[in-house]
Amino acid sequence: MTVDAAVDPSAMNDGAVADLVARLRAQLRPDQVRDAVAEVNLYRRDASNIEGHASVVCFAESTADVQAIIRIANECSVPFVARGSGTGLAGGAVPTRDAIVISTSKMNRILSVDPVNRLAWVEPGVLNLDLSKQIAHLGVHFAPDPSSQQTCSIGGNVANNSGGPHCLADGVTNAHIHAVEVVLPDGTLAVLGGEDPEPDGYDLRGVFVGSEGMFGVATRICVKLMQNPPTVATVLLDFASVADGAQLVSDIIADGIVPAAVEMMDQLCLQAVEAFIHAGLPVDQAAALLIEVVGLPVGVAAQIDRIRELAAARNVGGFRVAADDAERALLWKGRKSAFGAIARIKPNYYLHDTVVPRHRLPEVLDRVYEIAARHELLVLNVFHAGDGNLHPLLVYDAREPGVVERVHAAGDEIVRVSVAAGGVLSGEHGIGLEKRELMPLMFSDVDLAAQADLRRAFDPARLSNPDKVLPSPARCGDVHSVPEGAWI
Amino acid sequence: MSVGLDDAVERFADAVGGEGPVTISGTGTRGGPVPGVRAVVAPAGVEWVQAAEMTMRCGAATTMGAVDAALAEFGQCVAIPDFGTIGGALAIGQSSVRRLGWGPVRDTVLQARYVSAAGAVVKAGGPTVKNVSGFDLCRLLVGSRGTLGFLADVILRTRPRPIAEQWFTSERDPWALLGELYRPTSVLWNGTTTWVLLDGHPADVEQRATASGMSSVSGPPDLPEHRWSLSPDRLRSLVVERPGAFIAEIGVGIVHHEFPCVPRDTDQPIRDLHHRIKHEFDPTGRLNPGVALVAPA
Repeated sequence: MTVDAAVDPSAMNDGAVADLVARLRAQLRPDQVRDAVAEVNLYRRDASNIEGHASVVCFAESTADVQAIIRIANECSVPFVARGSGTGLAGGAVPTRDAIVISTSKMNRILSVDPVNRLAWVEPGVLNLDLSKQIAHLGVHFAPDPSSQQTCSIGGNVANNSGGPHCLADGVTNAHIHAVEVVLPDGTLAVLGGEDPEPDGYDLRGVFVGSEGMFGVATRICVKLMQNPPTVATVLLDFASVADGAQLVSDIIADGIVPAAVEMMDQLCLQAVEAFIHAGLPVDQAAALLIEVVGLPVGVAAQIDRIRELAAARNVGGFRVAADDAERALLWKGRKSAFGAIARIKPNYYLHDTVVPRHRLPEVLDRVYEIAARHELLVLNVFHAGDGNLHPLLVYDAREPGVVERVHAAGDEIVRVSVAAGGVLSGEHGIGLEKRELMPLMFSDVDLAAQADLRRAFDPARLSNPDKVLPSPARCGDVHSVPEGAWI
Repeated sequence: MSVGLDDAVERFADAVGGEGPVTISGTGTRGGPVPGVRAVVAPAGVEWVQAAEMTMRCGAATTMGAVDAALAEFGQCVAIPDFGTIGGALAIGQSSVRRLGWGPVRDTVLQARYVSAAGAVVKAGGPTVKNVSGFDLCRLLVGSRGTLGFLADVILRTRPRPIAEQWFTSERDPWALLGELYRPTSVLWNGTTTWVLLDGHPADVEQRATASGMSSVSGPPDLPEHRWSLSPDRLRSLVVERPGAFIAEIGVGIVHHEFPCVPRDTDQPIRDLHHRIKHEFDPTGRLNPGVALVAPA
C-alpha cells in the first residue's frame, strides 16, 4: 500500500543508472552492488507503508566501502540513504529520488568491549538484542530496547534516537552513545564525540543521533553499557477503568519513584495477546499496567510496597508480582508480541506514535477512543505509559472500501490532539516521510529554518537521505492549522 | 508560580537585536561575558515545576539556588552543577562529579528557546521527556558557549532527590569498586585513595558500603582547578605518566588536575563542520565574538 505519494517516482534515466552502477562496481565487488529490478524493489520501503524507489542497492562491508559509495554519489550528484534492518515505521529509510541504498546489514561486528569502563565499539549493522546477548556474561547490557530489538540495528537506533520500554529510567539512545564514526555527506570521515566525556567543540554526536540519516552515515558506534540490576521486580496491575491506570502512572512518578518501565495495554490488546500467548492476562479488565522496578533489594521492595499503596487508591484489581524469571519473561513476551497478536483481529494495522504529558494521558486516551469510534475503526492501545508515549494501533482490513482513508484521517486527528495537549509528534519512530508535513504543528517557520540550517551545515548538497523530516519550503509556510492551545 | 517568562523572552530578544557584537552575562562564575562587548542578561525565574512530569521550566538566568529551592518543594532536583545560573551551566556544558550516576548536563535539556543571531526567538526540542520530532538543536546549544544563540528559557528534566546519599572512602582500587558496586553516583580517585558517593534506600547504601569495606566521610575531596577530559581507560596511567595532583572521575574520564590540560588537535573535518555550523547560525560572528570552541588549525 502506498500511503504517501509525495515521493519523487523517478529521477534518473537508464543511462545514468548504468553509469552509476559501473562506477560502484569499479570500487566494490560486483556482488556488493545489486541493480536487478527484483532486488532493488525489495528496498523500496521500510516497515512503514510508504514506498519510494532506489536506483541501486550497495552492501557495504567496511567504512572504506561506505566512503567509496558516498564519493561516487557526490560525483554523480545522486542521493543516498543508509539502511540497517529496515524496521523503521516513519519512512526514514525509504529511498527518494532514485537514491543509492547503502545497506549496513553486513557491517555487523562487535569490534571491542570494555567491561570495566562499560563501553563498546560496534558496527552499525549489529542487531540491538544481539549486542546485549553477546555481552550478557559480562553483567552489562545496551539499554535502548525497542519492541523490534530482535531485528533492528544499532545504526538504525542511532539514526532514529530509538527508545523502548526500558528507556523510562535510563533515557533513549542519545544517552547511550559516546561517539560515532561517520562518513559525512561529502565523503570525508569524522569521529563525532569520543570515549572521553567532554570532547572539545559542539556536541556533534548529540545532533547526529536522531538525525534520521540526513547528516551522514554511521560506520562505527561507541555505545555505553549499563550494569544489569541485581534485583528486578515485575508487576502486572489491572484496572476496571483506563483512566485509573493512567492516573496511577502520574501518581507513581510524582511520588519520587522512577520505575525501569511502565507499560500499558488496554482491553482489546490484552484479549488479542492472551489468545496468542496464554499468560493469564486480565482479559475482562479495561486496562493493565506492566511495571518493572530494578535496583538493590531493599529499595526495590520498598518501591513495590509503595506502588501497591498508590494503586489501591486508584482502585486496582489484580496486583500480580512475577514470581520468577520465567513469569517475568512471559509478561514481557505479552507486551512485546502485541503487534503480532493483533493479526488475529484484522489483517492490517497502522501504528501511531505520539507523546503527551503523563497527566494528560486519561483525557487523551478518551479522545483516541472517541476518534476511532467516530471513524468506525478499532483501536488498540499498547504503549510506554511512563513516558506518556502513546502507540494507538488502528486495525483494519484494507480490502474494505474507504477504510484506508478513514485510518489516515483518524491518525491525523490523534497526532493533532496529542500536540494540542502539550505533547510532541513522535516519541521514538521519528518524522521521516510520515510526519514531515505535520512539523508545523510543533515548530514555527523560524524554528524549522534553524533545523534546516543545521542540515545545510552537515550536508550542503542535500544528498544524504533527502526529503525527510523537514517540510519543503512551500509547505513550511503552512502553519495555519495549529490547534488551539498547541505548544509552539 | 508564573513569572511571565514569555514576555521576558520577547524583551530579551529585543535586547539582543539583530546587529552588532553582543555578549551575554550571568553571575560570572564560569568566566563571564566577553570583555568590551555590549552585554545582555537572559530572563530569570522558575515558571513552573510539574512534579508528575519530572519537568520544570525556567529562564536561563535563573540561579541554581533558585532552581534547587523550587524543586526541593517537590522532592526533586536536576543533574546540573549547583553554582551560577542554568544558562551558564548549559552554555559551558560541564557536568558535576555526579555524572557517573546522574548522567551528563546535556541530557537534562528537553526544550530550549534561544535568541538567534538575527534576534529571533527559536524553539528547539519539545516539552516531553521522550521526543524525536525533528533535529535536536538542544544538543547543539549545550556546551556551545553562546556562539550559536543565547539561551532564553528552558524546560529541564528533573529527577527525584535521593532518599539517602553518603560519601565513603577506601584505599581499595577504584575500578574494583566500580565493578562491584551497583550504579554508584560518583567514584573519585587521587592515585591512592578512592571516594565513592552512594545513594538510594538507606539500608541499601549501608549494606553496599559495609560489603565493600568503605568508611563514611563528610564529603568529596577538594577538586584541583583545571579540568581534563580523557578516555576513562587512560585514567590508571595518570599516576605514572603525568606529574601533579589530580582527582579523577572513574568510569567517566574527567580529571580535575593541578595543571592545565594540553590543548588538543581537532581533525580538519570536525573543524570544517564547526565553521559551517557557526556560519549558518551566526554568519556575521556577532554572538560572543572571539569565543572559539576548537583550536585553530
